[in-house]
Amino acid sequence: MSGSAVSQNISIDIGGTPIALRTEDPAFRALLERRYPGFLRSDATTNYALDIELLPEDGPVTDEPELHVSHGSAGWRLMRGDFHANWDDTRGQGKIIQTLSPYAIDSVLRIVHSLIQAPQGGFLLHGASAIRNGRAFLFSGLSGAGKTTISRLAPPDATLLTDEISYIRRDGASYEACGTPFAGELARVGANCRAPIAHLFFLTQGPENRIDPIPTAETLRMLLRNILFFADDSNLVEMVFRSACEFLGQVPASRLTFLPDERVWELIQ
Amino acid sequence: MAQTMTDTFIARSPAIAARVMGGEMMIMSAVDSTFFSLNEVATVIFQAADGQTPLAEIIEKRVCKEFEVEPEEARRDAEHFVTELSKHGILLVSDKPIPAHNFPNTPNLGKQ
Repeated sequence: MSGSAVSQNISIDIGGTPIALRTEDPAFRALLERRYPGFLRSDATTNYALDIELLPEDGPVTDEPELHVSHGSAGWRLMRGDFHANWDDTRGQGKIIQTLSPYAIDSVLRIVHSLIQAPQGGFLLHGASAIRNGRAFLFSGLSGAGKTTISRLAPPDATLLTDEISYIRRDGASYEACGTPFAGELARVGANCRAPIAHLFFLTQGPENRIDPIPTAETLRMLLRNILFFADDSNLVEMVFRSACEFLGQVPASRLTFLPDERVWELIQ
Repeated sequence: MAQTMTDTFIARSPAIAARVMGGEMMIMSAVDSTFFSLNEVATVIFQAADGQTPLAEIIEKRVCKEFEVEPEEARRDAEHFVTELSKHGILLVSDKPIPAHNFPNTPNLGKQ
């Protein structure tokens, strides 16, 4: 990223990567303050910025009902029914056209953070995460796997980073999990802190609490299935694939079968 | 005599990411994001897919020798494997040698 630093009075700082959101609309600023408590910074200097243009009327912004992300000479183009955005990854700048809805900005932030992290070996993952005893644990799975359930069962000494979308950053040869404001059914914003990742668990609910090894190929397949991945772009595929392989070379991964009660956390120390 | 796939040439597509992990070759297609893990025999064929060596020669000199497989069985398995991977754009298939600029020489086969 070669963009120049810009100062803004509202930034959303997720994963230690603040993104300035430029809007003149007081209602939208109020929406950001309600939606991202703990992640707002008024004094951040950042290399990343998004201009937000709000449309006055509710209703579809584009004809694309499903998310469509593509890469061209002008950078990334993001389209969904409720927003249209572009992101120039070389300058770290972009623009969103959307209605006054929190879901559009949420989605754009997830995509932009994924694109920022991809060349650095990091990624966003469908998964809950929590810190315990100074170490982070990831609990990955698609909808219904138990991300919210295991988050709800977390003991008081665990710090919940998210119950829905985990943020993984590479730090040299190691990896750390960072809190995100992207909440699932728990509807609770995660803590804005980070810790080295000790273990990745793939969740499944069953008749007992147990941890089982997973064959290497299956582990990689499951990880790739759960990484937030938005485009069939060959460079991005290569980066995500490499990131997943290198992550599994450093972080142990297992299957965690659990009963829906708090005893499962006895296995997670 | 009818042409068989053993008369063909195969090359690794440039639109893939591949890596050896835990002794297994893992491949992801950039075309449709499908994921494959290859067994030992398939890995040998994949690594030998240089666009210049006929599939028949790969089977005879690599697969049959290294794995002590009967030629007919090796040919059948190799043809099935090549058909499957070519469907997903992992392997390029041609009845002529495939120029080197159409595929990568060393497609990120880093070991993990």
